[in-house]
Amino acid sequence: MDLDFDAADEEFRTEVRDWLSAQVPAVPLPSLETAAGFAAHREWEATLAADRWSVVSWPEEFGGRGGSLLRWLVFEEEYYAAGAPGRVSQNGINLLAPTLFENGTAEQRARILPPMARGEVIWAQAWSEPESGSDLASLRSTAVRTKGGWLLSGQKTWSSRAAFADRAFGLFRSDPAADRPHRGLTYLMFPLDAEGVTVRPIGRLDGKPAFAELFLDEVFVPDEDVIGEPGQGWRVAMSTTGNERGLTLRSPGRFTAAADRLTALWREHGDPADTALRDRVADAVIGARAYRLFSYRGASHVLHEEGGPAGAASSLNKVYWSELDIALHETALDLLGPYGELADHAAESPAGGAWAEGYTFSLAGPVYAGTNEIQRDIIAERLLGLPKGRR
Amino acid sequence: MRFFPDAEQREFARSLDALLTAGGTPAVIRSWATGDHAPGRALWARLAEAGVFALAVPKEHDGFGPLPVELAVAFEALGRHAVPGPLVETVAAAALLDRLGDPDTAAARLPAIASGTSLVSLCLTSLGPYALDADAADAVFVVDGDTLRLAAGAGPVQPSADPARRLSRPSGGAVVARGPGVTAAAEYAADVAALATAAQALGVGRTLLARTVAYVTQRTQFGVAIGSFQAVKHRLADTLLALEFTEPLVHGAALALAAGDEGAGREIAAAKVTAGEAAYGAARTALQLHGAVGYTDELDLSLWIRKARPLRDAWGTPAACRTRVLAG
Ligand SMILES: Cc1cc2nc3c(=O)[nH]c(=O)nc-3n(C[C@H](O)[C@H](O)[C@H](O)COP(=O)(O)OP(=O)(O)OC[C@H]3O[C@@H](n4cnc5c(N)ncnc54)[C@H](O)[C@@H]3O)c2cc1C
Repeated sequence: MDLDFDAADEEFRTEVRDWLSAQVPAVPLPSLETAAGFAAHREWEATLAADRWSVVSWPEEFGGRGGSLLRWLVFEEEYYAAGAPGRVSQNGINLLAPTLFENGTAEQRARILPPMARGEVIWAQAWSEPESGSDLASLRSTAVRTKGGWLLSGQKTWSSRAAFADRAFGLFRSDPAADRPHRGLTYLMFPLDAEGVTVRPIGRLDGKPAFAELFLDEVFVPDEDVIGEPGQGWRVAMSTTGNERGLTLRSPGRFTAAADRLTALWREHGDPADTALRDRVADAVIGARAYRLFSYRGASHVLHEEGGPAGAASSLNKVYWSELDIALHETALDLLGPYGELADHAAESPAGGAWAEGYTFSLAGPVYAGTNEIQRDIIAERLLGLPKGRR
Repeated sequence: MRFFPDAEQREFARSLDALLTAGGTPAVIRSWATGDHAPGRALWARLAEAGVFALAVPKEHDGFGPLPVELAVAFEALGRHAVPGPLVETVAAAALLDRLGDPDTAAARLPAIASGTSLVSLCLTSLGPYALDADAADAVFVVDGDTLRLAAGAGPVQPSADPARRLSRPSGGAVVARGPGVTAAAEYAADVAALATAAQALGVGRTLLARTVAYVTQRTQFGVAIGSFQAVKHRLADTLLALEFTEPLVHGAALALAAGDEGAGREIAAAKVTAGEAAYGAARTALQLHGAVGYTDELDLSLWIRKARPLRDAWGTPAACRTRVLAG
């Protein structure tokens, strides 16, 4: 058992740090949930990609550096510590790309991954529907066979940043006669500006307009944009949901950086007599450390033993990071006292609105990527072996 | 970077589990609580044979250590089986005597600790007035300010909420050492004690969870296993979450101590507060989900339930640990 990085890892860390300190914009970019911010973030993705920092763990042929999971964790730590912009390409990189690596064809990887790495094509996730949230398998949007492809119809919703994104990936019911809801689903990709697609932006809790619902009316998708076998969509989708809940969506670097900022805030504004708040600060800091060590242990397991992270274990991650994120931000707002209520775009918002925006974002953590209630069911049933209950 | 127990460490934990399962700790604990220390001392001797106490003693005094990582592995197992006795105090005393820089005292005491013939208790008055299991110990050390004494007597036992923890105020005794060296050695000993207590608490929590999972799978109400109710499941999922994220903190802190890192004290404090809260949470959940039977001392579960809160507060209260985490 050891926690030391070797010299090559340390060298990598220095290289990342140097690059970031030269390149991270001095003035924070506008929120990526707005049109102007989205465009600015796209440019930032291109800057990252130009020096092959956008996807460090991908093979070189797709724009990556072939880095190990450990290298990726180091990169993320440095990225957030440097205060670099949020990643507008994250749905594609964290959700679609692993699916393509696992289930896509060589042609799909060659066609889709490089422009994704460069931020030229930004992807949205089209899974949820108005009647299908936690019970995703009940989805109703259809894919009907046609010459050379499929016709997609139905409604998708809660699609993050779909108002500005280029393309989407999602599940569709291709065999309405299948005996179980999980069967007869097909995983497809489609352009958001295709004929038959209507995108209606939905304001988020803070009014930002990038959230959207999608109406699909016989949208044509060629066969080459089916991922995996038709009818096997559920299996394909589930093989990669672990990425959404686990490490890659919420790397520990983000929380470590927030904990460092929270500690600084406490030293600056904390009232030593307020032991209740002190304890919350300490717990949030400890939580970030626990998450970091948990992640490193998981990564070293993947590196040294055979096999990847267990699917259900990513549910532990999901619940932990989402609750930690809220605790970090709530505590910061409380430390800020009367400035804690300022919106992120208020001129006097502390830290350029970073705490305010982070707080609003954190509130959604227990809801998306599978609600924490559903994750707790998975933990109880698959990790503790408790009997299945009624759903 | 290989941040998980290696094969040897896992094998060590497995062998301790086997030894302690065979040792039937519940009966040992119940005797210990009545002041009959004989079965506890017999178990102690077997633990010493397995090398547990030698981990805290350096090689020149017949030990293998100090080996904080292995110590954490061992104490997690001791907690899983709720082993009674001044376990933490003995390894902390070994750390103190090792650090004191007094070769005669070290030579006189440490080999007997390593071999298991000497049970030692230790009281740092800065943390509280009581010594654990002084009535069972062969030696009781007290640090008061910069003075280290070997206590003359144990004093009457003050019952603890955990009957297997016997508390008393050690009295009088001869001065062994005095000066800043004592203060520094005592600080180090407190770190070792906090780390061992954290590991022990983690083990206690693991057993509380395992026993509760077994119970809710078998107990039925309304015609189904109570473990199929979501309110029950979610409480146990939260217990697992707390324990799973405690473990890397405990092992990380042990690694930091082993490496002599400057920030090791802070990491130990983080591990201690988290492990204490996780174990205590596991105890509350275990009691609740067992229903009334969980509120009896007849069920062996009570041996773990009653241990959790004292361990949470021993060798650094949650408030003290949290303060230390934020200290610059
Ligand atoms: C900020 C944000 C971004 C999102 N981005 C995307 C995206 O990009 N693409 C996409 O497809 N979707 C996205 N979603 C949607 C998200 O995946 C769903 O909100 C989520 O799956 C829950 O579905 P629902 O909102 O319909 O809630 P429901 O499923 O209706 O649940 C409502 C409440 O009931 C509880 N509940 C439901 N079933 C059970 C049960 N069996 N046991 C216990 N409790 C239960 C839930 O836990 C929840 O608390 C996003 C959501 C948010 C908030």
